[in-house]
Amino acid sequence: MAIKNNRITATEYQENFADIHPPFETQDAALLEANRCLFCYDPPCMKACPTSINVPKFIKQIATENTKGSAHTIFSSNIMGAGCSKVCPVEKLCEGSCVYNFMHEEPISIAKLQRYSTEKAIAEKWQLFERKPSTGKRVAIVGAGPAGLSCAHTLSREGIDVTIYEKESKGGGLMTYGIAAYKVTPEFCEDEVNYITSIGGITIKYNQELGKDITVEGLQQEYDAVYMAFGVGLARQLEIPGENLNGVVDAIKFIYELRTNSLSSIAVGDKVAVIGMGMTAIDAATQAKRLGAKDVTLVYRRTQDEMPCTEHELNIAKLDGCAIIWLASPKEVLGKEGKVTQLVCDVMKLGEPDASGRRSPVVSGETFTLDVDMVIKAAGQMPFEGLVNSNKMENNKGKIAVKDLTATNLKGVFAGGDCVNGGKEVVDAVQAGKDGAATILEYLN
Amino acid sequence: MADISTDFLGIKSPNPFWLASAPPTDKLINVVRAFEAGWGGVVWKTLGAQVKNVSSRYSSVNYGGKRMMGFNNIELISDRPLDINLKEITQVVKMFPDRAMIVSLMADNDRKSWHELIMKCEDAGAMGFELNFGCPHGMTERGMGAAVGQDPEIAKMVVEWVMEKANIPVITKLTPNVHSVVPTARAAVEGGSNALSLINTIQSVTGVDLDTLVPNPYVAGKSVFGGYCGPAVKPIALKMLTTISQDPVTARVPISGIGGVSTWKDAAEFMLLGATSVQVCTAAMTHGFRIVEDMCEGLSNWMDEKGYQKTTDFIGKSVEKITHWEDLDINYHHIAKIDQDKCIHCGLCYIACEDTSHQSINIEKLIPHNNYTVKEEECVGCNLCKLVCPVNDCITMEEHRVAPEYINWKDWQKQGLPLNDH
Repeated sequence: MAIKNNRITATEYQENFADIHPPFETQDAALLEANRCLFCYDPPCMKACPTSINVPKFIKQIATENTKGSAHTIFSSNIMGAGCSKVCPVEKLCEGSCVYNFMHEEPISIAKLQRYSTEKAIAEKWQLFERKPSTGKRVAIVGAGPAGLSCAHTLSREGIDVTIYEKESKGGGLMTYGIAAYKVTPEFCEDEVNYITSIGGITIKYNQELGKDITVEGLQQEYDAVYMAFGVGLARQLEIPGENLNGVVDAIKFIYELRTNSLSSIAVGDKVAVIGMGMTAIDAATQAKRLGAKDVTLVYRRTQDEMPCTEHELNIAKLDGCAIIWLASPKEVLGKEGKVTQLVCDVMKLGEPDASGRRSPVVSGETFTLDVDMVIKAAGQMPFEGLVNSNKMENNKGKIAVKDLTATNLKGVFAGGDCVNGGKEVVDAVQAGKDGAATILEYLN
Repeated sequence: MADISTDFLGIKSPNPFWLASAPPTDKLINVVRAFEAGWGGVVWKTLGAQVKNVSSRYSSVNYGGKRMMGFNNIELISDRPLDINLKEITQVVKMFPDRAMIVSLMADNDRKSWHELIMKCEDAGAMGFELNFGCPHGMTERGMGAAVGQDPEIAKMVVEWVMEKANIPVITKLTPNVHSVVPTARAAVEGGSNALSLINTIQSVTGVDLDTLVPNPYVAGKSVFGGYCGPAVKPIALKMLTTISQDPVTARVPISGIGGVSTWKDAAEFMLLGATSVQVCTAAMTHGFRIVEDMCEGLSNWMDEKGYQKTTDFIGKSVEKITHWEDLDINYHHIAKIDQDKCIHCGLCYIACEDTSHQSINIEKLIPHNNYTVKEEECVGCNLCKLVCPVNDCITMEEHRVAPEYINWKDWQKQGLPLNDH
């Protein structure tokens, strides 16, 4: 047993990380699907979308071959509509609420249709929005992820000059650094960021980290308003013995490495345990398997009824051959010569509902042991509590506290996205960015 | 099993499905394929003076992703030499003596030309004639086709010439490009025509190419009005058929129904409104001749279910059910009912009623699926909600008579009953 890279052939890497939801190959195929849409009134799909994309309208526009209008409809509500079409858990949002489900028919492939229009818009560089003349007002945004970009685009359309400070060397945030490679490619993420900023009036300054290269006070002085959209990032620790052994890694870092290096350079173990059952856990488990790990086991302390990922995601992991152990909680990581060799787990049972409303797992007293050489921790992400506290932002365990959706306790400083909500979907962050921009515009007037 | 064989003025066919005079019946090779597939008969593509066609002849209308909802053509009558057509007709009749072989005719506008053409075709083995008084393009400019059908006097004159010579049944095919088909139909029957067929194609422009700005079909940068047919024209054909079935003069002769017949259901509807046989073209041009299999089986199964042993048991049964508006029962009232178990919450009934009808549907706004119910006291029973609902039998119309007795508009007025109930 060993952790090593370059486990499979170049062709296998390519196949394993190819687009998991390929686009429509022809316009005819898109039209066929678009014409299935019933064009519901007060549509449930639109209500299920956090950014309220007018889904039937954009689908009807595909059907009438008004693809430009279709892309405009999508981007008007969600400037990251292209990325969201690839990463949204649509089975619990728009597609999950499609009325065809009541007929036990396949729901409309909304994501695929959305991808059809938006990818074309990006490829053809359609300029669908006109920026109003500059107002001379300047806004700083911290973080070029979905919330920051969405806020920036909305502000720029209104003639605000926006500067985004991004600690990484690329924009896109978790879309670029934290999502499975078979869903979005780095090239796509870069194209999407460039498309969003092509409206003008948006400057992104890369490798600028809050607390190191820039300060809140500095931004407050230099700009008319500041928007905090720096997300979350720290992996939740297991706080069990053996956590520091060689071979215990956190999923965020694992995926980050995978997104920023060549696939063949990413090392995985023979037998990998992934702790957690959220989207990130699934992304880590499936990708570990696709990188050539022999056995991948997802370990989750509750049951399928309580899992945070969607059934669709779970099925991807199952189809990839990942094993799943429900009602198991890591108790101790054992090792030899500093390297992981085993994971000891408590067998859990469900007790009373906890604060989240889900039945809480309690220790049953039994344990079992897995032979593993790698443990990937994906038990959730922690907000940047230290950063928030050191800048005197009121917060709730590190999550920035806001009034009226976006206003922080600091003058002229607003916040949204994962740094406020603790970590939700990309589409939620896009909406947060829109809300932030609306409040900032009011504040500036 | 029901007997679907047809006797049209003595012309027998194993089923009532004939191919209409059109490209599918222009050549031996097509007609043989049609008969092998099971078609009951053909009306051979119109014979007459030698013509020349243009390239690019058809165009169509798609709707909601479905192709060929409507179809048009600018073809003329058969452009093959008459003697080849006649030779092939003889061959086909020999090969398939049990099938109906009607020949469509359009001679130059003089008695002699008609007489010559009739003799040649009878010699070739035709079992009946169909006079093409309907072709809406190309031939009309030469005083033929619709130019004849649009003028009852000319139509009658030509029919009389034909009847002087013809020894086999004569069907006059009517053009729909008139305000009513009845005057020409009457003229034809009075002139001696043994039967009628309708409708021929409707003058049309199927669309304009938004890149070239040239309407369809494109012929070297120009277009012309074409004859429209296919599923889109069926309702118009059924209406015109009914007027012929209800007119005391024209109702005396058998009718061959034409216009958008695509399935056995369409055929049954044409027959219920008075057609003895039906003629098909667009459906065959869309899918090939194989569609006749289901047409025969479907019609036969339906007849078995309804207890009809032969087609004459139901031909014309719906004719008397189309009445004058002023004879409709004003006390009849029905109200929409939405089956909440079947409802998929699409809201189509609501928005149609709210925006364009009588604001008779309640909306209960919920996330993400709204509930919809009918305001019974507001519903006029227009049917719109039921028509737009994508789920079969989710919305039904329930009878709630205003009063038990029948009363029509004329009596209502006579009795001075209130007109405005708003």
